[in-house]
Amino acid sequence: MKPAPFDYVRPDSLGEACAILASDVDTRIIAGGQTLVPMLAMRLARPARLVDILRLKELHGISTEENAIVIGAVTRQVEVERSEIIRRSLPLLAKALPWVGHPPTRNRGTVGGSIANADPSAEIPLVAITLGAEIEIANPSDRTRMPADEFFIGPMLAAVMPGDCVCAVRFPLWTQARVGTGFHEVSARRSDFAFVAAAAQVALDQVGRCIAATLGLGGVGDRAIRIDVAPLVGNVPTREAITDIVRAATKALDASSDLHASADYRRRVAATLGIRALDDAFAEAASGHGALP
Amino acid sequence: MEPCHEKIAMKVRLNVNGREREADVEPRKTLLDTLREDFLLVGSHAGCEHGVCGACTVLIDGEPSRSCLMFAVQADGYDITTIEGLAPAPGELSIVQDAFCETHGLQCGYCTPGMILAAHALLERNDAPGRADILEAISGNICRCTGYGQIVEAIEHAADRLRKTNVPRGGRP
Repeated sequence: MKPAPFDYVRPDSLGEACAILASDVDTRIIAGGQTLVPMLAMRLARPARLVDILRLKELHGISTEENAIVIGAVTRQVEVERSEIIRRSLPLLAKALPWVGHPPTRNRGTVGGSIANADPSAEIPLVAITLGAEIEIANPSDRTRMPADEFFIGPMLAAVMPGDCVCAVRFPLWTQARVGTGFHEVSARRSDFAFVAAAAQVALDQVGRCIAATLGLGGVGDRAIRIDVAPLVGNVPTREAITDIVRAATKALDASSDLHASADYRRRVAATLGIRALDDAFAEAASGHGALP
Repeated sequence: MEPCHEKIAMKVRLNVNGREREADVEPRKTLLDTLREDFLLVGSHAGCEHGVCGACTVLIDGEPSRSCLMFAVQADGYDITTIEGLAPAPGELSIVQDAFCETHGLQCGYCTPGMILAAHALLERNDAPGRADILEAISGNICRCTGYGQIVEAIEHAADRLRKTNVPRGGRP
């Protein structure tokens, strides 16, 4: 057996899970286990106890609220990938999902697990950052919401305290009539970690002027980031304007460098994929084949 | 650091290939090790044992999953299918297994159970998968012998044969 010994508990409620977590700092949450179990196998993690939250019904499911799509933390990635609600109302996440791991890991891996792991190259955190999602966090006394931008603080590092449990992600719903999305990624192999990923969502008015636009980049640095594309809003988007804005915003990005991709390469790819993602998003919004809220 | 001491075994009851099986397992024992050591179902292969290679693929409620990334104590209540559960009768092969033989979709055979289960799950959902669907379905399974060409061919062949049978989909063969 490769992992170090641990105790295993499967509480019946979120409250019980939080109480167990708060009682012992050496306890970790397990849900889909697609990141944690390899870490246990390599003994990079040696918790004394695992709390299994996968079967907590209160943390499962996709629901539509007035201004948000709320995805429970233990909702499996494959359920999001196949969800008609997500395809219609959260098309950017639907586009990103096929890039998350590969089918067997998406069958077990959860949305909350991907969020809590805060991998800088992970797609679900990138979409959360791009759309300005909120992360719902429970602890023994409280249930709070935190903007994704404050939640992700570094590589594999999220602003959670011992005893906290991510319980849902709230993605804001765009209600404009003409919405389009784009997602691009470069990695060594399909389904491998992204060197760079770009996610864009835009909305156009009836005459084709941009009324909202957001662009996020993942894999570039310590965490996914949002790029300032505000100058696009109010104008009919042109290829030149998109190129200028994205190039300027990515020129001095704080990028990481490793064996696979240098910082310079990451910045160049970030600019190219950012432009492509926005191009796709505007084309989709113009054609009317994007989201239909 | 705490001394590495064994934890008390927990009793698990698993539904494997349609049969209830029981075992006493340490919490850290993977579903893969339990299938192989406690139930002697050694068709699920141990490759990398950290979720990269796909040799240990089993079906959990019909969906391909890595049995090395799940602990046996997490696996109760699911319908678990291993490669041993695909053949319609002892000594026979399922259509997908037979297609792999016919098109030489295997060489050393180490990845084969995982490949066949991934293919089986695809063909349960999709009658006529395109090449891209097949590549996606086996993208989590590594083969170091075939170069994948004959594996893709085997799955295309199996799809064709399944379309020409009267076997209803959505269940086990």
